[in-house]
Amino acid sequence: MSAEQTQRPIRCLVAKVGLDGHDRGAHVIARAFRDAGFEVVYSGLHRSPDEVVQAAVQEDVDVLGISILSGAHNTLVPKILDGLDEYGALDDTLVIVGGIVPDKDEDELRERGVSAIFGPGASMDDTIEFVRENAPKRE
Amino acid sequence: MSGLLDRLLDGDHRALARAITKIENRMPGHRELVSSLYDHTGNAEVIGITGSPGAGKSTLVDKVAEHYRSQGLTVGVIAIDPSSPFTGGAVLGDRIRMASNVGDMDVFFRSMSARGSLGGVSIATADAVKALDAFGKDRIIVETVGAGQNEIDIVKTADTVTVLVQPGSGDDVQMLKAGILEIADVFVVNKADLDGADRTVQELNEMLQLRDDDGGRSSTGHHAGHHAESAEAVALQRTEAENGWMPPIVEAVATRGEGVEEYVDALDDHRAHLEATGELEAKARARYAEEIRTLLREDTAELLTEEIAAHGGIEELVAGVTAGETDPYEIADSVLAPIADCARQQRDS
Repeated sequence: MSAEQTQRPIRCLVAKVGLDGHDRGAHVIARAFRDAGFEVVYSGLHRSPDEVVQAAVQEDVDVLGISILSGAHNTLVPKILDGLDEYGALDDTLVIVGGIVPDKDEDELRERGVSAIFGPGASMDDTIEFVRENAPKRE
Repeated sequence: MSGLLDRLLDGDHRALARAITKIENRMPGHRELVSSLYDHTGNAEVIGITGSPGAGKSTLVDKVAEHYRSQGLTVGVIAIDPSSPFTGGAVLGDRIRMASNVGDMDVFFRSMSARGSLGGVSIATADAVKALDAFGKDRIIVETVGAGQNEIDIVKTADTVTVLVQPGSGDDVQMLKAGILEIADVFVVNKADLDGADRTVQELNEMLQLRDDDGGRSSTGHHAGHHAESAEAVALQRTEAENGWMPPIVEAVATRGEGVEEYVDALDDHRAHLEATGELEAKARARYAEEIRTLLREDTAELLTEEIAAHGGIEELVAGVTAGETDPYEIADSVLAPIADCARQQRDS
């Protein structure tokens, strides 16, 4: 089998979690990822942390992008990370968060396992570049 | 490798997910993996669902999965969405509708993109079905947009094929006439609460009636009316007519779960029919034959790629044609001849 054929597109889950109906950002990012050649699974609105974990595990994604604008990130994101860990999926999934996260909360999320946080004004190209460079290489 | 198989057979969801990834990407080791899956397959009932975009396939799948779960059955779902022919990227949105089985890991839902240029999506689907089967899923649903040969190949991996139609889709019914009619074992008219649902049901009925008449005629020997149909289609109609399966038309409102029970009953009826007539084994044999052929095509294509490289690469061969020194037929013969000779020698010795 040639190298070309085994080259797989980066798989992402773009997830909206919790009581937050603002999905414009998630749509924009899903589309941009698609145009970058990624395979994007979109979760739809109002997902619980359990559902996001279920989706990330079943879809075997390389990248989990959590979009959250409700301010509940300190509760919801750790729940997702713990869930991934339970399935042994935390280590080789790149978790990124997009939305409104105050500076003071960023460090803790990073410590828990979030690789990057993209706030308002983050450039799409930078985000895509970050994913390309940091998506786990799997065999 | 064997670790992955053991974990999959042991019921590890992540191992199943990883195995499907391996299969989907035709990664190194996937062949060994799939071939070791065969020993553990054959227990699941496989259902294919196809229909035009927006007909309600994902919603129906969600409700059917819920119904099976209430019967204590485990479910695997493979949902295939198209990918961009330009970037290869895709947005796979079928998961959005999976709302009734929240947090239930016994519904294993996997989105796949129909990686257009790569081809082979139908064999990857068939192999992914095997992974779900070996994992121990009782029912496996394969969902795809019904818009082309690829999709028809995909749903053929199923024992029972459902075609989903929505009311007011006169054009869809036209499309069905052209291709998908032959493969449907069950029709579902979704959104049956909308205007025009009755008419759609009636149109489908008429089409099926027409098909049945044709089947009857050809089996009594009057072939005159079949100028436009291929011999294969006629043969298929005839066997179906002889086996006596008339695709039922189920009316449903999937969003409200109406008609789901009738639909599942229809699936069970078809399954019973397949078992009673021996059609189930015939289908399995046909599928194995197709798998063998497809694998061999894949493998020989690879071998030929090597040979082309050994002949200086495709560009150089093309240069020969443009310079008027040779032509594609001559090149094909000269690339293939040594391989054919070699194969014949091996066979004879």
